[in-house]
Amino acid sequence: MRRLLYEITESIRIALTQIFANKLRSMLTALGVIIGIVAVTLMGTAIRGIDAGLENSMSMLGNDILYVQKWPWGGVEDWWNYANRPNIRAEDAEPLNRIIEATPNSELLLAVPVVARGAVVKANDNRLGNVFTVGSNADYGQLSNVDYVEGRLFNEAEANAGRPVCVLGFDVAEALFPGRSAMGEDVLINSQRYHVIGILAKQGSFLGLFSFDNQAIIPLVAFKKNFGTRRGAELRIKIRDKNRVTEAREELQGAMRRVRGQLPGERDNFSINEQQAFKAQLDPLKAGIALVGLFITGLSLFVGAIGIMNITFVSVKERTREIGTRKALGARRRTILLQFLIESVSICVIGGALGMGVAYALFYGIHLQMPALPVRFSSDLVVLSMALSVAVGILSGFIPAWQASKLDPVEALRYE
Amino acid sequence: MIAPTVSGAPRQVRPVGPLVIDIDGVTKLYRMGTETIHALRGVALKIHRNEYLAIMGPSGSGKSTLMNMLGCLDTPSAGRYHFNGKDVSAMEDDELAAIRNQEIGFVFQTFNLLPRSNALHNVELPLIYAGLAPHERRERARQALVNVGLAERMMHKPNELSGGQRQRVAIARALVNTPSIILADEPTGNLDSRTGEEIMQLFEHLYAAGNTIIVVTHEEDIARHARRVVRLRDGLIESDQTAT
Ligand SMILES: Nc1ncnc2c1ncn2[C@@H]1O[C@H](COP(=O)(O)OP(=O)(O)O)[C@@H](O)[C@H]1O
Ligand SMILES: [Mg+2]
Repeated sequence: MRRLLYEITESIRIALTQIFANKLRSMLTALGVIIGIVAVTLMGTAIRGIDAGLENSMSMLGNDILYVQKWPWGGVEDWWNYANRPNIRAEDAEPLNRIIEATPNSELLLAVPVVARGAVVKANDNRLGNVFTVGSNADYGQLSNVDYVEGRLFNEAEANAGRPVCVLGFDVAEALFPGRSAMGEDVLINSQRYHVIGILAKQGSFLGLFSFDNQAIIPLVAFKKNFGTRRGAELRIKIRDKNRVTEAREELQGAMRRVRGQLPGERDNFSINEQQAFKAQLDPLKAGIALVGLFITGLSLFVGAIGIMNITFVSVKERTREIGTRKALGARRRTILLQFLIESVSICVIGGALGMGVAYALFYGIHLQMPALPVRFSSDLVVLSMALSVAVGILSGFIPAWQASKLDPVEALRYE
Repeated sequence: MIAPTVSGAPRQVRPVGPLVIDIDGVTKLYRMGTETIHALRGVALKIHRNEYLAIMGPSGSGKSTLMNMLGCLDTPSAGRYHFNGKDVSAMEDDELAAIRNQEIGFVFQTFNLLPRSNALHNVELPLIYAGLAPHERRERARQALVNVGLAERMMHKPNELSGGQRQRVAIARALVNTPSIILADEPTGNLDSRTGEEIMQLFEHLYAAGNTIIVVTHEEDIARHARRVVRLRDGLIESDQTAT
């Protein structure tokens, strides 16, 4: 056992000497592995990043929310069937909440009406073109836990009276009142005056695409006064247990049909959306990335493995006399096998480490350029890359190493 | 035709110690396509501890083949070989490797040092395969290099050493495992005559210290150092003379 340990340390020593003595050759050989590891790391990170970003963004939206809307998320082919649906009305929230209250052990907690559109927001000389303006009632705060830098959401009295008050997203407040607090100031939303009573904490963006900090929240009644009632609304329903989404959906579907006065046998004239469905929308994208990534990884590792096998054959040939000498001095077959295996594995591991270095540099560059993009460099990717490198090293080194171990010592010593 | 003589009766060979090598009826065939080459045709030889023996003969007479056999690098086609009383003619590769590691020290014509390793590490090599701990093998390798007069050159790579010094490193490497025999195949073949003479002086020294030495050579000057000369011709022992 101890002997094996000494043989392995000796082999590592030889391998490193050998690799550093032939730096260029080793580097070129390792290129395939380097590219393969960069590809696998990029792929893993991209997929992981999408998942992480999604998870993050979803918890920002509140991941225990169902959306009642006119359109389903994701594409539909028979769009005309949906276009003819009556709009969802904000007023539907009230009867829906009554049904929820009357249902024993309801899976649903609360329905909140939400209307939204982009609007111009101005203060003094500052103007923002397209602020996501939300109209809702005082229950809006219960949908998700959002921190406030200052202030609060409007209360029930303010909401019912349609008071001209607003809560601003972090970026909106910053842009309109640079260097000072927006609290207590007045802003013009779609040319109507609102008093700022709250400023939201910075939240980030949904997958780096849609910023949650570029919004303004006003009472629903005020929204209608300002923008009219023509546009449809949506209902957001908080559920009791996010692990019982299916049950909650079924209950919500029944309740909504009652609210909308639908007859039995009639098709739903509304859609119930959930974030899980949105997640599924990204699955083909992830699968695509994985496919391309696996293809590139597989191809470059294969090419790399062939190169390493070749270089190990060359190495065995070059050092035939050395092998003979070692055998004369008492090296067993196992010793020689191990020596060349460790050499090919070392090349791969060094290549893998370089590949990860390159990938890390790439991520860092991307992160500096686009901080919002959710890229993550995780430790299990390091483990995976190392395992891959070792596997490629063993697979590609085995045949030449086996050949070396079987050399006849007399022949090897006679080799010119 | 001179009748081959075998050590032992009737001519008395002075046994200097216990029997180390005992071969009898050893043949070696090489098949080259349809042709069969008889490199050895039935050789019998006994070598005792602390003998100093030269194997001589013209080129192609089978010296190297015999040498490889004695060194357990190769196994005979027929015949038996006992080394320190153990039958090695039917041993597996790894068993032979263990015997080479423990019992035999090789000195090659071309030195066969590892070019990228310094003298000390070259000498350590057999001890690594023997499974010795690092500090112990370093100490023994150092001592072996001191014994061949290379105390000052331990950290030098082979290409920083002269031919004679390289062969001394090789001899230190052969000695470091305290083997039963030292086998040298044309040890002075790549050296000028003066350096060759120095190496032979070193062998003289090792012999005096109790080592068993077998030298293969085609030079009479080198063979003269040995106490016993075995001459080969066409794969047979032609003569076996012990100096008086
Ligand atoms: N590996 C081999 N294959 C074929 N023939 C060999 C081989 N080794 C040696 N021989 C032949 O065996 C004979 C003896 O060779 P060798 O022992 O090398 O002689 P020497 O060392 O005395 O010059 C020669 O005829 C040589 O050609
Ligand atoms: Mg020869």
